[in-house]
Amino acid sequence: MQQFWQNLSVISTEHFLILGVVLFAIGVFGVFLRRNALITLMSIELILNAANLTLLAFARAQQDMRGQALALLVIAVAAAEAAIGLAIVVGVFRNRHNTNLDDLTLLRY
Amino acid sequence: MTENFPLYLIIVLPLLGAALNLLFGRRMGNSAVSLIACGAVASAALVATKAVYSLATHDLPPNGMLIDQLMAGDWIIAGDLKLAAGLMLDHLNSVLVLIVTWVALLIHLYATGYMEHEPDYARFFGYLNLFTGAMLILVLGDSLPVTFVGWEGVGLASYLLIGFWHQEDKNASAGRKAFIVNRVGDFGFLLGLCILYTVIGTLKYSEIGSHLFELRLPFWLNWPAGYWVAILLFVGCMGKSAQIPLYVWLPDAMAGPTPVSALIHAATMVTAGVYVVARTHFLFDMTPAAAQMTVAGIGAVTALFAATIGIVQRDFKKVLAYSTVSQLGFMFVGVGTGAYSAGMFHLMTHAFFKAGLFLGAGSVMHAMGGEGDITKMGGLGKHMPITRWTFFIYCLAIAGIFPFAGFFSKDAILAGAFASRFTMAENAPHWAKSLIDLYPYVLWGMLVLAAACTAFYMWRLYFMVFTGKFRGTHEQEHHLHESPAEMTVPLIVLAVGSVLAGFIGVPEIMAHAFPESVAHTLTFFTDWLSPAVVPMSPEPHSHSVEWGLMALALGVSAAGIGLAAKLYRGGISQTAVDMKEKFSSLYRLLWNKYWVDELYDLIIVRPLKVLSRVLWQAVDVVMIDGGLTKVGPAVVGFFGSVTRRIQNGDVQRYLIFVVVGAASVLFFSTWWLPHKGTMGKTTVEKRRVTLDLGEGKVKAGRLRFRVDWEGKGEWEQSGFTTLFHDYPNSGTYNIRVEAQDSQWGFTSSNSFPVKVE
Repeated sequence: MQQFWQNLSVISTEHFLILGVVLFAIGVFGVFLRRNALITLMSIELILNAANLTLLAFARAQQDMRGQALALLVIAVAAAEAAIGLAIVVGVFRNRHNTNLDDLTLLRY
Repeated sequence: MTENFPLYLIIVLPLLGAALNLLFGRRMGNSAVSLIACGAVASAALVATKAVYSLATHDLPPNGMLIDQLMAGDWIIAGDLKLAAGLMLDHLNSVLVLIVTWVALLIHLYATGYMEHEPDYARFFGYLNLFTGAMLILVLGDSLPVTFVGWEGVGLASYLLIGFWHQEDKNASAGRKAFIVNRVGDFGFLLGLCILYTVIGTLKYSEIGSHLFELRLPFWLNWPAGYWVAILLFVGCMGKSAQIPLYVWLPDAMAGPTPVSALIHAATMVTAGVYVVARTHFLFDMTPAAAQMTVAGIGAVTALFAATIGIVQRDFKKVLAYSTVSQLGFMFVGVGTGAYSAGMFHLMTHAFFKAGLFLGAGSVMHAMGGEGDITKMGGLGKHMPITRWTFFIYCLAIAGIFPFAGFFSKDAILAGAFASRFTMAENAPHWAKSLIDLYPYVLWGMLVLAAACTAFYMWRLYFMVFTGKFRGTHEQEHHLHESPAEMTVPLIVLAVGSVLAGFIGVPEIMAHAFPESVAHTLTFFTDWLSPAVVPMSPEPHSHSVEWGLMALALGVSAAGIGLAAKLYRGGISQTAVDMKEKFSSLYRLLWNKYWVDELYDLIIVRPLKVLSRVLWQAVDVVMIDGGLTKVGPAVVGFFGSVTRRIQNGDVQRYLIFVVVGAASVLFFSTWWLPHKGTMGKTTVEKRRVTLDLGEGKVKAGRLRFRVDWEGKGEWEQSGFTTLFHDYPNSGTYNIRVEAQDSQWGFTSSNSFPVKVE
């Protein structure tokens, strides 16, 4: 336990990973539980950034720039995804005047 | 022996014309279309002539040939089957190449006049060119499969052209009939090819002759393989060359435009069977002469049978069609009695006069506004003199009047049939042998009768159409006119051919009367063919017999003409009408063509229709539409009703499935696998301990194992799930096992206490 508190004084790879896991969990549960499409999109951003954080942590630990390059790529994809997702949300809102995912059940049997 | 020559040009040119006319013809004018079509055939004719000229003048031995190796050995490769595709030109097919290209050119020219009002002008010429190309493939192929490609190609072109005016159901079904009847024959042909390939392993014409030993071996029912191949090939020839029992399509094929009847159904395609028999004569020459006797017998029966039908028919083209069937029978008697050059010679002369007869018929029908019934014609001679006098020459030629072409070729066949001898098997009974000795005379007699009928029905046709009073409507009479030059010029050229073509195949005894140099020309045809087909060695009969036969044949033909003149000259005489009444049952038999079509309808077509109806009503309607189409959806619907509940439209629930699935995959591939890998059991056998890991769930090689057998920190590494260790001393040990997933690096460990005695 003492070791753990000692390690806390220096920010190590483990800290980043723990933060990443926490962010990822928050994101996943956000996607699962929130019914607002906008919040869901934001949760997806959280998931992606948790992955980014993990990538960067390992890149720093192993002194390998490929992790950073991959993170940049993820950011680009995330931007595109956000743009499309927001466009869809706006489109949905214009049609139905809300963005509640529970109401968007047109594609069912 | 052989020399290279670009023979492919002869084939490619007409096919190119066909492609141009069929693809772009609609957008071109009629003159451009006819220019392309005639140009393509004309250039092919010139190349072919050049090729034959090279064959004749180059220093080739008599059995030499020009070849064009297209695909040496890599045309068709399938398992053990290896086929090459190539072309060849030798003395035998050079005759046909010249006939096909030049007659086709004349008929193309004729068709530019005959079809001038046709809206589908380009399609017609495209098909006609396609036919010419396919026919040349058939003739030039150096092996049976290449010939077969052309064989099917001409069948296709024939089908397309018979049904050219397919808007009328009658024409379309005539095309179908031709195609289907030919299919029966082609099946035999293909079967023959298969047997030939399995027996001798080659299908090249130049190589069949050297495998006669294998072909003599018994194959089926104790008959030699060569016999079966010959008969099966001949079945194909029966179909293509309209012999009994597969002749029924040819009279119906007259539904096509007349130039088509002239080119395909008279001069070229239908003679392909004769060519194939002559080409594969090795197979037919073998003893015992069963194959030859079959060919000759069927030929003779067909010749007589079709000639009798021709006597009473009233449709201009139907008479000519039965005449073609009959003349093809003559050719088959020629090639069937070993008189190959006689058969080929008749093929050539027949191409001239029969093409001419059909073109004459076309010219008449053109003037009559499409009317084909000869009882509605009469007295056309004064309106269309060129057609009349050329037709007069053709009729003399086909009736076999000296010195027109038909006389010489028919005489050669008759002499060949009379002189032929068929060898029986050694162990045949004596009475069979003496019966076989009569066979040539039977053949000869039938042919003479057929020749008499031929003379009669051709001249009946001539007198009814061109002499007497016009029996049609006023409107038709007013419209009567001679055909334009593009139609009459081919008629004249063919008439000249019908007069002159005979003089290169004069019988030996006549040619002797002339000086050496002239005699050489007079027997040119036989000399030209003799290297390609073994000249038969007929039992020499005396000159007086030969002259006598000739005179008899001539007399019989003259009698036929005389009878026709008596009955039909200057119109249908009362005697003819009386005779029809008197022999009304015979007349009905002939008028209904021996009811063969009705017979086929009864024994083949109707049972097939009944079977189809059963299959349709019982299998399709009841079983498939009633049963399967209900059961299938029911099963699918049942499972669907269960599984569709998962798809409730809630995206978030889908996501839960995705995440839970991904997590389980991760779980099983990381934690579960090494964990399972360290589970297991130990078996102790004296001092040997066998460790069985993974409980049968882990594949060998999936995990890396480390085992410390004695607990001393000495690790043994392995990839196998079954390990053993021999302990030097007895005691209790604690085996430690570690398993690592080589992919993810997850590790699990376990320990097994064992007691060794």
